[in-house]
Amino acid sequence: MSHALTPSQTIGPFYFGTLANTYRAELAPPGVAGERIELAIALHDRDGAVVPDGLIEIWQANSHGRYNHPEDRRNLPLDAGFEGFGRASTDKAGVARFGTVRPGRVPWPQGGLQAAHVNISVFARGVLNRLATRLYFDGDPALAEDPVLKLVEAARRPTLIAKRDGGGLWTLSIHLGGAHETVFFDG
Amino acid sequence: MTEQAYRRPAAGTHPANLSPEYKSTVARSPSKPAVILPQTLSEITGPLRREERLDAGESDLTKQRMAAPLGERIIVQGRVLDEDGRAVPQALVEIWQCNAAGRYHHPGDQHDAPLDPNFYGGGRVRADEDGNYRFVTIKPGAYPWGNHRNAWRPAHIHFSLFGPAFATRLITQMYFPGDPLLAFDPIYNSVPAGARARLQSSFDMEATQPEWALAYRFDIVLRGRNATPMENA
Ligand SMILES: [Fe+3]
Repeated sequence: MSHALTPSQTIGPFYFGTLANTYRAELAPPGVAGERIELAIALHDRDGAVVPDGLIEIWQANSHGRYNHPEDRRNLPLDAGFEGFGRASTDKAGVARFGTVRPGRVPWPQGGLQAAHVNISVFARGVLNRLATRLYFDGDPALAEDPVLKLVEAARRPTLIAKRDGGGLWTLSIHLGGAHETVFFDG
Repeated sequence: MTEQAYRRPAAGTHPANLSPEYKSTVARSPSKPAVILPQTLSEITGPLRREERLDAGESDLTKQRMAAPLGERIIVQGRVLDEDGRAVPQALVEIWQCNAAGRYHHPGDQHDAPLDPNFYGGGRVRADEDGNYRFVTIKPGAYPWGNHRNAWRPAHIHFSLFGPAFATRLITQMYFPGDPLLAFDPIYNSVPAGARARLQSSFDMEATQPEWALAYRFDIVLRGRNATPMENA
């Protein structure tokens, strides 16, 4: 190791408007294969108050379970126009919204597949380090065998599982602390 | 135990999530330790943003409006690399900052300092094959904030980097060398003492342009890769 890692700092409250115009809440233009879904990701602080100045980023595989990245060398289709990256600010109600497709399953290094999931980064004023978590889909039979969920104590697993709210809308509440504190990962 | 593709940050690098001197962390920091996750494809892939089209003007924050913004024009340049000194080629670097008077182009910024109609404060650039990036901007002002009595943020530029993977994502802040406010800033000082100075840019006389602008150098180091393949169990 010859160079020392640059430390992390908070995104602060004033990124909106000046962080360059790269917001992308719509990941899947028409024609992208897969089941259309909407994600509503709500951000709460330790006391349950909404966090209206947060930034949520998502990263996911396409509906075939393929990441648009050179490290994913599997022979699965890539979809034109689908990168798999989204970025949205939370609104006054603390919610960041995305339109995308339901991701396919990706492999676990020791064999088998992970349950379908969306990778999430959370940034906000008062958050000094990027917080990484995942969104899984309620009712997915693969949840029971997911090796990442197995690393999490059973009582806390629901913090990672989005609920369907009718008509393709999936909601997940991320809690930065408190009784429902979300499970964050150090990957 | 699976080898990690990207090395874990050395102890003493990043701030503690709960850094009570920075009051907003109290209600916004998880109390439970993060669950250690073996890196899978989900962590070692990430948005490269290679298809994102950048306008050449996005790297010069002094030319985004009708006229030149007020303030001291500066050059901010450096290199994006990993812990082994390898360049992160084509890295997308995003910055945002307040104007010379210390005011952000943001509806929530209530600081009693003038907005500059000629300064927006956001910029992007793609590093070259060797990880070199360069911005032209104006030196941001210090600004007050409500953290404690007489709290002032040292002049800083916010930086956002993706790196090659979800696991390398980094948001940080660049400071200016010798700023007297650094000693009093709980955000800067949330970083462990041995790592803080890495957030200070250095004055760069060589890159300073005569009759035109001072230059500052800020190299950004992202997580490095382990030499062994990640699936060596
Ligand atoms: Fe700031």
